[in-house]
This record gives sequence, C-alpha cells and structure tokens, in this order.
Amino acid sequence: MDFSSIPAALPALWDGLQTTLQLLVLGVLGGVLLGTLLAMMRLAHNRLVANLAALYVNYFRSIPLLLVITWFYFAVPFALREITGEDTPVGAFASCLVAFVMFEAAYFCEIVRAGIQAIPKGQMSAAQALGMTYGQSMRLIVLPQAFRKMTPLLLQQSIILFQDTSLVYSVGLIDFLNAARSRGDIVGQPHEFLIVAGLVYFVVSFAASQLVKRLQKRLAV
Amino acid sequence: MDYNWDWGVFFRSTGIGEEIYLDWFVAGLGWTVAVALAGWIVALLLGSLLGVLRTLPNRWLSGLATLYVDLFRNVPLLVQLFLWYFLVPDLLPEPLELWFKQDLSPATSAYLSVVVCLGLFTAARVCEQVRTGIQALPRGQTAAALALGLRTGQVYRQVLLPQAFRIIIPPLTSEFLNIFKNSSVASLIGLMELLAQTKQTAEFSAHLFEAFTLATLIYFTLNMSLMLFMRWVEKKVAVPGLLAAGGK
Repeated sequence: MDFSSIPAALPALWDGLQTTLQLLVLGVLGGVLLGTLLAMMRLAHNRLVANLAALYVNYFRSIPLLLVITWFYFAVPFALREITGEDTPVGAFASCLVAFVMFEAAYFCEIVRAGIQAIPKGQMSAAQALGMTYGQSMRLIVLPQAFRKMTPLLLQQSIILFQDTSLVYSVGLIDFLNAARSRGDIVGQPHEFLIVAGLVYFVVSFAASQLVKRLQKRLAV
Repeated sequence: MDYNWDWGVFFRSTGIGEEIYLDWFVAGLGWTVAVALAGWIVALLLGSLLGVLRTLPNRWLSGLATLYVDLFRNVPLLVQLFLWYFLVPDLLPEPLELWFKQDLSPATSAYLSVVVCLGLFTAARVCEQVRTGIQALPRGQTAAALALGLRTGQVYRQVLLPQAFRIIIPPLTSEFLNIFKNSSVASLIGLMELLAQTKQTAEFSAHLFEAFTLATLIYFTLNMSLMLFMRWVEKKVAVPGLLAAGGK
C-alpha cells in the first residue's frame, strides 16, 4: 500500500466531492418538497388523490434506486425532446438529480406523513376554529410542528442519500467515488484510492449520524 | 409521441442463438433471486449472532458488534462491493487468489463477491433489528430463565430468540425486500442480473421504455408477493397474547 499519490489527487477528489454534495443538497431539498406535497396528498380526504400518492410511494419504494437512475439517464433526454420538440442535451447530473428527487420523495413522504399524523388533532381543529383555511392551518400550525419532530428522521434519510449518491457511478457522472476510481486507475493505485474513498464516506456518515443521535436525544420529549 | 411502442419485442429473437429477449429477463431474475437469497442467509446468520453479542453484558463482545454495525452502515454499498470485488482478492493468500481470479468463471467470482458484500452489509441491519427485538422483551424473561437454572446460551436459544424473532418479522421483511433491490448493484461488476439484462435489452433492441417497464413490473411484483408471503408468515408465528397477534 502506498498512499503517496493521494495528496496530488486532492483537487480532483474535491471536485468529485462537490458534485456529490450538490447532488445531496439539491436532492434533499427537492425530495423533501415533493415528499411533503405527496404526504399532504396521501392525507387528503379525496380518495383519488390519496390513492394516487400511495401508488407513487409504493411504486418507488419497491424498485431499486439503481434502476431509477439508469432509466432516467436514458428517459429524461427523451422526455425533454418530447416536451420541447427539439434535442435538449441534459447531462448525467440533471438526470441523476431528477431520479434522486423523485425516488427520495417517496421515502421522505412517509417520514413527513408520520410526522403530520403525530400532531394532535386538536391543533388542526383549533386553527380552523380561529378561522384559518385548511392551507393556512397546515402551513402555519401543523407543518412547523411536524417538521421539528421529524428533523432527526429527515437527517437520517439524508445520510442514506449521501451514501446512495455513489450509485451515479453507473451512468458515468464524476462524483466523489467515481473521481477516486478514475484517479486511482490513472496512477495505477486503484486500491489505495478506493480505501481513501471508503474512509471519507465513513467519516462523514459516521460523524453525521452521531450528531443526529445527539440531536434526537435533545429533541426527545 | 413519436416513440414506437412495441410490446412484442420481448418475444423477438435477440440475434444470439435461439434466445428471445424474454429469456434474458428470466435469466436475470434467476441471478437476482440467487444473489438475494444467498446474501440473506449470510445476513440472517451473522446478523443474529451480532445482535446477540450486542445485548451481552460483556463490554468487549458488545463493543465489537457495535464497531461492526458502525463500520458497515456508514460506508456506501457500492464502495463495499468494489472493496470485496477488486481489493479483497488481492489480499488473499496466493493459492486462493489464483483460484478466485483464474479458476472461477467471471460470473461466479462476481456472484461470490456480491453475496459476501450484501450478506455482510445487511447483517449490520439485521443485527440492529435482532438487538431491538431482544431488548423489547420484558427483563423478567431473562431473570426467570436464569432462576430456573438455564445457562446464558440456553436463555438466548430457548427463551429470548424464539420470541424476539417473531416480534421483528416486519422490520426483517423490509430488510429482506431491500436485499432484492440492493442486489441490482451486482450489475456494476458485470453480473448479468435483472438490471444488467434490462440495460442490455434496451441497448440491443432499442426499445428502452418497454425494457425498463418490464423490469419495473418484475421488481414490483417480486416485492409485493414477498411482502404478502411475509405477512402470512407473521400471522402464522405471531406470539399469542401480544397486540400483534390480533387479540387471540
């Protein structure tokens, strides 16, 4: 084992890590947004709307993320051409991001739904008794409390997403893992670079999950 | 839409021998199931052992199991797979290394790596479930068993584990389903399981959407039927007297 060529590769690894972090942040933001929307649909009184959201969630939860990434890599450019009528080149980054947002939304939806359902009914009734509309009571009363309760779970899911971003390797996007792999191949030390990549993933996820655990204890009632 | 839908594509010849595209999917599903089941056996055995270790009073043993869980849960699955497939064979003693690299067919060596990888990866998750199951049991169970003169091994084998396993069937089910989904990473080291066959069909036949739709349907059906099966098992073995047993 010879780790001497790692320092020279740090800029390239950092570039890869930035791609990973961009995917993570945008994926979590988009996923939580879409997931919250889905959760409200699942809780809607309209049966059709609720069932549609349930179908979406069950569908994405029963197929592998890797399948979604691969499929969207081919399908997103195709769909865009259908919509815009002309060839719109989208990179692997955009198609991967769409895949993550749509896939993770199914998981975030279930977290948000559980969070909303954990809020006592009286909160909603009280808000509406004060004259708020359904939308207002959700936005101003229920969701803020629900999000506070489910922050640890959302963060845990984000840590899982951080690890899952490595799957973009399959469509050739240069994320952190792919940067380490290709650097390692170039300098002929694939093992060393793979170990370093694993270590970095480990340190980040481990530290983050320890923080989440502490947060969970502090937020616990 | 100017896409040329053609669901008959699966019955068309692949141009390789007598095969039709559907044969590829069947072969792929075979590998997926073979990977998932073998990996699950490893995960269940090792995970149960680790789960028991985590609940033992011995600091060293439970610390060891905690270390394992932290390590395997915080490194991405794909990185673990690459480590098992590319790195570990080089660390083996020479006869074993040669056997792995030269005697085994590429499919077999990839299969072995994936099974070990998924097995150890999932074991960390199973461990946590088993631990939760054991800790969910009233303390009196252990105390009563010890008072009756059972040794620690007997307490676990005859009192704690039979109950714990029945309580944790729902979370174990979701890990069981996960291992089927996770087995798709095998496509990245060249094992021709379901996802790899789907990609190949999409590329060979140029019928991208049909290929991926069929793959999705297969995963979906597999998932649903396994879930129903596990629900049936859960009912069969429910611990009488607990709420989950439906008030029996």
